Amino acid sequence: MKLILNEEQNYLKETALSFVSEKTPVSHLRGLRDSNDQLCWDKEIWSEMVKLGWSGILIPEEYGGSNFGLTGMSVILQECGKTLTPSPLFASGVLGATALTKFGSEEQKQKYLSKIASGELTTALAIDENSHHNPNICELKAIKDGSNYVLNGKKIFVVDGASADIIIVVARTSGEDDDVGGLSMFLVESDCSNLKKVKLDMADSRNYANITFDNVSVDESMILGEIDMGLEPINEILDVGRIALSAEMLGSCEKAFEITIEYLKERKQFGVPIGSFQALQHRAAEMFCEIELTKSAVMAAMQGAEENSNDLQRLSSLAKSIVGETSHLVSNEAVQMHGGIGVTDEYDIGFYLKRARVAETILGNSTFHQERYANLTGF
Amino acid sequence: MSDLENFRVEVKDWLDKNCPSTMRAGAPADTPIDEVWGGRKAVYKNPDSKLWLDRMGEKGWTMPTVPKEYGGGGLNKEEVKILNEEMFAIGARAPLLSFGIWMLAPVLLEYGNEAQKREHLPKIIKGEIRWCQGYSEPGSGSDLASLATKAKDMGDHFLVNGQKVWTSYADKADWIFALVRTGPKEPKHNGISFLLIDMENPGVSTKPITLISGKSPFCETFFDNVEVPKENLVGELNAGWTIAKKLLQHERKFISNFGLAAGMGSKKDVVSLAKKHFGEDEGKISNPIFRSKVIDHKMKEHAFGLTLQRAADEGGKASAVASMFKYYGTEHNKRRHELMVAASGVNGLAWDGNEFDDSEKNLTRAWLRTKGNSIEGGTSEVQLNVISKRVLELPSG
Repeated sequence: MKLILNEEQNYLKETALSFVSEKTPVSHLRGLRDSNDQLCWDKEIWSEMVKLGWSGILIPEEYGGSNFGLTGMSVILQECGKTLTPSPLFASGVLGATALTKFGSEEQKQKYLSKIASGELTTALAIDENSHHNPNICELKAIKDGSNYVLNGKKIFVVDGASADIIIVVARTSGEDDDVGGLSMFLVESDCSNLKKVKLDMADSRNYANITFDNVSVDESMILGEIDMGLEPINEILDVGRIALSAEMLGSCEKAFEITIEYLKERKQFGVPIGSFQALQHRAAEMFCEIELTKSAVMAAMQGAEENSNDLQRLSSLAKSIVGETSHLVSNEAVQMHGGIGVTDEYDIGFYLKRARVAETILGNSTFHQERYANLTGF
Repeated sequence: MSDLENFRVEVKDWLDKNCPSTMRAGAPADTPIDEVWGGRKAVYKNPDSKLWLDRMGEKGWTMPTVPKEYGGGGLNKEEVKILNEEMFAIGARAPLLSFGIWMLAPVLLEYGNEAQKREHLPKIIKGEIRWCQGYSEPGSGSDLASLATKAKDMGDHFLVNGQKVWTSYADKADWIFALVRTGPKEPKHNGISFLLIDMENPGVSTKPITLISGKSPFCETFFDNVEVPKENLVGELNAGWTIAKKLLQHERKFISNFGLAAGMGSKKDVVSLAKKHFGEDEGKISNPIFRSKVIDHKMKEHAFGLTLQRAADEGGKASAVASMFKYYGTEHNKRRHELMVAASGVNGLAWDGNEFDDSEKNLTRAWLRTKGNSIEGGTSEVQLNVISKRVLELPSG
C-alpha cells in the first residue's frame, strides 16, 4: 500500500480546490445560514458538482458513474472541507452510492444508481436512534405483511435527510434490540405516506432530519441486500462513509490551521507579530505534527479501501478517531489564537469549530472508534 | 529471468552460505549489543558476530548504496530492497551498528574530498573504525554554534584544545568527527569547521558520564594540545556549520526511527504488560482507565508508523520533517516507557537484586534512558523551533 496519490487523484484534488475556492468560500455557507435556507445547500452548486462527475465517482460505469474509487472521492471531500462546502455529496455520492453498488439488486441499481450519478435524486442513510452513534442498537422494526414490509420506529440525525429523495433505512427484521444479526436495509421513497421528516437545526447549519416511520409500507422489492443480513455488511457502507468523512474533516483542520498561521503572522501586539512568541510557536508546531499524523491515517484508510485491505475496519476507526481528536485540538486552538475576533460570528473561524464538532459525531465519535479499534486489535 | 530476479537468487544463495546461524532469527539472544559496533577495540564474545560483519563488510552490504570504489555495495534502490527483504526473510541481524554509517558517511559522500572518501568510507563500511560525534560542549547545548573548542592553524596542522560532552561511546570509539572553532566567535556560525580526529593522538582523553539509568553510554572528551593534520578538514575552513546541520538531520532521523523500531519489535509491549499486571477480561485490559490510555497511545503509534511510511513513499522530504520525526518519535517513546512502567506497578521500578527478573530491571533503566531521547540530538523544544521557523515560517522573536 502506497501512501501517496496518483496523478489522476492529484488532478481531482486540484480541480476540487479551485472549484471550492471560487464557488463556495465560507461566505457561501454563511449566506445559506443567514437566509435560513431550508435545503442548507445550493442546487446550482450541486448541479455543477454533478457535471464535474463527483456524484458518480463511486458508481460503476455501466450505471453512469466513473468508478474512480474512494481515494478520488475522499480527496474531493477533503477540499470541500477546506471551505466547509455543503452538498449532498457525502450522503448521496458516498453512502447511497456505496450501499446500492454493494448490495443493490440489478433492478435497484438500474433504477437508482444512474439517477444518483446524474444528480436527479439524492439519498440519505437513516441508522442512528440515540444521541450517540451505535449501529448495534436498532428498535425500528420492519414486519412482513404479505409481499410488503411495514416499518415502525424513529431514526434521528439523518445526514441530508431533510432533502433526500430516497431514505436507506436500517430496520430490525428479527431478534431483539441489540441482536445485530436481525438487521436489514430498506429503500424508502421519502415522499411516501406515513413517513414524517423534521428538519434539525444543528450548530453547523447543515442538513439533518429526524424521520418517523409510522406504518410505512414498502414492497419487498425495496429490500436492499438480504433480509437479516446483519451488521457486518452494513458496516462496510459505514466504513466507506467514515473514511470519506474523515477526509472532509481533515480538509477543515488543514484550512483552519492555515488561516490561524496566517493570522499569527499578521496580527501585531507589543509591536511585533504574535507569531514571533514562542508560546504560540510551539503550540502551532505541535498542531503541525498532529495534522501530519492525521493525514497519514486518513491516507492509509483511503488506500486501504482501494485495495480491499483486510484491515479496513481498523484503518477506518483509526482515521475517524484521530481526525476527531485533531479537529478538537485545531479548532479550539484556532479560536484561542485568534483572540477576541475568534469568538465573533463575523469571523469565519467559528464555523470551523462548529462543523468540527458536528462532523465528529457523525458515524461515531473518537471514543466510539477507539473502543472499536481496541476490540479489533485485542487490547 | 530479469536481472532483478537473478539478483534475488544470488542474494538468497549468498546469505544462505554466509550468514551464520547464530546471526539469524531463532538463535539464542545472548549476543551483547556492543559486539556489533566494530572498531579497533571491539571484543567479540561470539566469533560469528565478527565473521558476519567481515563477510557483509567485504561485500559492501553494510552500506549497500555506496559506490564500490568507496567500499560500498554499489547497489541500486531496487537491489537494496531485495537485499533487505531477503535478510528480513531469514531474520538476519544487522551486521553493524555504526555512527559512521548513520551520520558521518552520508556527509562525507556529500562534502568530503576524493582522498577522504577513499580513506574513511571503506573503513566505516567494513566496521574497522568506530566513530563518535564531538558536537556538544559544557557551555554549548541547544546553542551549539556557540562552541568554543579551538583549532589553531599551525601551518601544516591544527592544534586542538577544548572539551566535548555527551560524546556517545567515546571510550569505545577510534575516531571522532568534531566541530571546532577555527574562526572568530562572532558571527558564531561562520567560524566553525568540521574536523576528523584520530583518538589515538596524544592529548585526547575520555571520561564516562553515569546517567540516571545507571549506565554510561556518553563521555566527556578532552583535547589537550592535540595535533590534527590539515587533510582531516572536511569541506572548506569555517564552513563546517552547513555540514553540522546536515549531519544533525541524519542523526534526528535515526533517533526517531530507532525509538519506534525498538518499540514495535519488542515483546515487552505496553498491552501485554498491562494484561499481565492488571489482568484480562474477555481479552481486554481489566483496568478501564488504564486501557483507555493504552488505546490512545497505540493508535497514535499506528498513525506515527504510517507517517514514517508516507514520508518514505513521498521520497523523503526536507530537514523540517526530520525535526517532526525526532520530536514526535522521542516524545512518543518516553510516553511508551511511562506506560510500561505504570503498567508494571512496583515491578516497573526495580533497580537491582534477585527479587526482580532481568526484563523488569532493564525496563526501569530503559525508561530512565528515554528521558535523554528528547534532549540528545536537539531538544524537543529546539525541534519545535525548527518546525515553526522552517515549515510554518513564523517570524523570529
